[in-house]
Amino acid sequence: MSRIPLSALIGLVITAAFFGAALLAPWIAPYGMAEVAGGVWDPSSPEHWLGTDSIGRDLLSRMIWGGRITIFVALAATLVAFATGVFLGFLAAVSGGWVDQALSRLVDLLMSIPALIMALVILSVMPVTLPVLIAVMGLIEATRVFRLSRAVAADIEVMDYVEAARLRGEGMVWVIFREILPNALSPLVAEAGLRFIFMVLFISTLSFLGLGVQPPLADWGGIVRENKDGIVYGVPAALFPAVAVAALAISVNLVADWILTRTSSLKGGRG
Amino acid sequence: MSALLEIDDLRIEATSYPPGEKPRDVTIVDGVSLRLERGRVMGLIGESGAGKSTIGLSAMAYGRGGVRITGGAVRLNGTDILSGGARGLRRLRGKAVTYVAQSAAAAFNPARRLMEQVIETTLAQGIPRSEAEARAVTLFARLGLPDPDTIGSRYPHQVSGGQLQRVMTAMALCPGPELVIFDEPTTALDVTTQIEVLAAIKEAIRDTGVAALYITHDLAVVAQVADDIMVLRHGKMVECGATAQIIGAPREDYTRALVSVRQVTHPEKSAAADPLLRIEAVTARYRGLALDVLKDITLDLAPGRTLAVVGESGSGKSTLARVITGLLPPAAGSVRFDGRDLSPALSGRSKNDLRELQMIYQMADTAMNPRQTVATIIGRPLEFYFGLRGAERDRRVAELLDEIELGKGFSDRYPAELSGGQKQRVCIARALAARPRLIICDEVTSALDPLVADGILRLLQRLQQEEGVAYLFITHDIATVRAIADEIAVMHRGRVVRQGPKAQVLSPPFDDYTELLLASVPEMREGWLEEVIATRKAATPEGTRA
Amino acid sequence: MQNGFLLKLVVQRIALGCLLLLAASGLIFVGTQMLPGDVAQSILGQSATPQALANLRAELGLDQPPLTRYLDWLGNALQGDLGHALSNGQDIASSIAGRLGNTLFLAGTAAAIAVPLALALGLLAVRFQGRWPDRLISGVTLATISVPEFLLGYLAMFALAVQFRVFPSVSSIHDGMSLGQQFQAIALPVLVMVLVVLGHMMRMTRAAILNVMQSAYIETAELKGLRRFTIIARHALPNAVAPIVNVIMLNLAYLVVGVVVVEVVFVYPGMGQYLVDHVAKRDVPVVQACGLIFAAVYIGLNMIADLVAILANPRLRHPR
Repeated sequence: MSRIPLSALIGLVITAAFFGAALLAPWIAPYGMAEVAGGVWDPSSPEHWLGTDSIGRDLLSRMIWGGRITIFVALAATLVAFATGVFLGFLAAVSGGWVDQALSRLVDLLMSIPALIMALVILSVMPVTLPVLIAVMGLIEATRVFRLSRAVAADIEVMDYVEAARLRGEGMVWVIFREILPNALSPLVAEAGLRFIFMVLFISTLSFLGLGVQPPLADWGGIVRENKDGIVYGVPAALFPAVAVAALAISVNLVADWILTRTSSLKGGRG
Repeated sequence: MSALLEIDDLRIEATSYPPGEKPRDVTIVDGVSLRLERGRVMGLIGESGAGKSTIGLSAMAYGRGGVRITGGAVRLNGTDILSGGARGLRRLRGKAVTYVAQSAAAAFNPARRLMEQVIETTLAQGIPRSEAEARAVTLFARLGLPDPDTIGSRYPHQVSGGQLQRVMTAMALCPGPELVIFDEPTTALDVTTQIEVLAAIKEAIRDTGVAALYITHDLAVVAQVADDIMVLRHGKMVECGATAQIIGAPREDYTRALVSVRQVTHPEKSAAADPLLRIEAVTARYRGLALDVLKDITLDLAPGRTLAVVGESGSGKSTLARVITGLLPPAAGSVRFDGRDLSPALSGRSKNDLRELQMIYQMADTAMNPRQTVATIIGRPLEFYFGLRGAERDRRVAELLDEIELGKGFSDRYPAELSGGQKQRVCIARALAARPRLIICDEVTSALDPLVADGILRLLQRLQQEEGVAYLFITHDIATVRAIADEIAVMHRGRVVRQGPKAQVLSPPFDDYTELLLASVPEMREGWLEEVIATRKAATPEGTRA
Repeated sequence: MQNGFLLKLVVQRIALGCLLLLAASGLIFVGTQMLPGDVAQSILGQSATPQALANLRAELGLDQPPLTRYLDWLGNALQGDLGHALSNGQDIASSIAGRLGNTLFLAGTAAAIAVPLALALGLLAVRFQGRWPDRLISGVTLATISVPEFLLGYLAMFALAVQFRVFPSVSSIHDGMSLGQQFQAIALPVLVMVLVVLGHMMRMTRAAILNVMQSAYIETAELKGLRRFTIIARHALPNAVAPIVNVIMLNLAYLVVGVVVVEVVFVYPGMGQYLVDHVAKRDVPVVQACGLIFAAVYIGLNMIADLVAILANPRLRHPR
């Protein structure tokens, strides 16, 4: 833990700020989510730091509330993706044979269709609610997590120390949790960071297209959508939530980068 | 007149990036000087990390992977090559000085035909293509390559490893250099292939009269080709002298130790009792492959004795270990242990079966979980087989660490903090912790430097006396076999071609393969190579050389 | 005999691509059958008359078993008949034809700019590895993979169309426009798409070339005293072709997805806009048709990457 590089520190601070704002939204947001507090697209002022939106709601407050939804959905979808992907990936690597074949071919198939297109196809027939969004995004991204965790586990699986554990007579639980998982942790943690970023971009894109979080709720992508018509009149309201998405994504990326280099160079690191 | 190559007080550094610490400069070569006359061959010998390759490449003013020459001078024909600039280096590299790498398979560009690569620098000197190709074909023939006229039109993956090493030698000789650097050219080859490549290289050096630096870790190999030998250790020169003097009358302790490696001796004990392990008519193949990797193997091993299974890569010796441990159930035959049948598959064996049969691997690096401490690694079998916990377990771990001569200070270290020899000792302790009756040792000393390997062999012998454990010792190295075995089984292409007590197996009359194998092991005396080649030429009719 | 071996591999890979596309079509079909409840009901709403519901069901073929419907749909699609849109009854194939052309025009222009640029910048990063051009490039890469396409789109629109009025903010094109006018119209979306793929492409090109440059045979070439240019042209490039083509194809596939958002931002009359509109209208036949076309392009690009890798591999081209 000795030295944190500047870039990681910046990433850590910004990430923490976003998460803090999401958690504390009811206390720090100056106005309510749906509260009309001014004129249409008022410029920034002491009362409304970022101005107001297309129907006069305080933009800063909406962004704080919207960030809460964006982060919550992205986090939940990442959890779904990891719970499914890592479990099935390790299962495929450790059992091999037909289980591995069946799962791997299914994932190949799912990945042969771009993620966004796949999501649009499914959302065209499903009711667009938060649980459905989380499940659809989580399961689509689980294919990527599956590929990674299967590859990582398969690399570790062929190591002599895993064979040594097998020869000792250790069971599946010991092999997965004591031999494979500790050595797979650093790539998986970094991957979790990257997946979270993709989820933030994913839900924002869906909402921007009008197929994600539905009114009256709004996430950052949805706020961009509400205010996009202002752009042609020179009103930058739509840019703020878009910048927020980018800032969150970049800062998480910086942290994930640092975790990856740090854990892989720890004593006892792999290679 | 100045010598061909003069290296004066050479100092080479690199930046090391130890995990979790600040980068620091480490000295790789420290104050080494040498002088090489035209047409002479000098051997550079030392363990890994001795700096021998780095010195060799400095003769081409090349530093591999961020290595920097920080002091001293390197002169070729009296001209300083370190200050020659980019143009000077282009004239030097590949023309005046050429290089033969350890792994020719990686050193050739996979996308281009061999001939294109062999004559590339010759063409760059302005020699017409037809003449360059004729020169290459002559060299191919001289190096004993099959079909010298057409082999150049093949791609690297289309010829064997031994042949590729000879093509690389041809590539180095083609531009007519004054000096060739041979960097472990035969180390990656099997022992029976090595001897032919070695002989071809030696003949080519003699015929062309080129000077050479021959880098290797194997003193017996370098003794066959070098006029002089320089012994290196930790980047410093230990001693330098004529080959006869170095191997016949070494002045320094370290050199003496190198010359006398494998003076570990083991008086052969007869197998009196009933066999502990009996392998009966075992045939095995891998799933999806039609080929039998093991064919009808029958072997016995008595309690407290050592059976050495010796063979080249692909002989099936490691597969045999997989069959005994239950990782690969045999297609036919059985494995009996202490009078009872062992279940063919791992899943069918009792905890006691597993405990009594332990295994030690070649690469200690990958045999230990990098995220576990030494105490966890050694303590787990104690916990798993005997239910030892807490202070009791710690005490036993400390005892085991004493037995392998490390001491309990090592118990909270991670594998990455240990040297190669220490890692292998921890693996031995892990096997001992189970109180086994048989330990399978799979090439346990091949990845180690000779002196370290000697220490491991001595430890294994002492443990055998104290614990009465039997060893199944898998190796390709005859010297190790001589040092440790009671019984020997020679394997070739999946069959046991010869077996019996050590003295009997290693004495004539031999079968063809064992004779070839034994004759191929370099002996530490000058003139050995010529004798072997002469006998081989006399024995085999013209043109059947592989 | 050599060519026969290679031909077999190529045919196998193409067959695999077709199989994958067939499976993907099945997946898309199944994906659109997951609607809880009745499709006709949800299209017409709760107030629909039973007669209207029955008519719609018959029109959609909902009274048939799913497998029959799938085979009908696939068979018609193979003959170029993609059915009719539920929302306005138009023939989908003819609606798509023009839009597909527009999308390919947009994505093709973006690719024509991005690919050479990314290769050049990737080479530059390798040439100055570890120095400032390399760091700058990796910094920009990190930023662009974290930025949503719509942010780049609106930033470009806000700066170049609204503040400075260099380009139109809405990229509508139609047949009557000259080629020059068309390029003028799509300048902003092309700019955004180039930015979106550039980072990825540069980074992957850099990694692919560095990987080759670290090979032992490059060291051999250096020790032969060859010029840097000769080393790269003769020894590195022949081995880097397959990975670089792979990079390009992966990123073109990425463009296929990026185009959806960019088209919506700039209200561009292409496939992406068409798909998003009809997802919102729950117009299942249109979604199926568009999904199938996007998947076909994506699978096709990946197949080309694999074919190039097979053809560029000397071990496969010249078997033992």
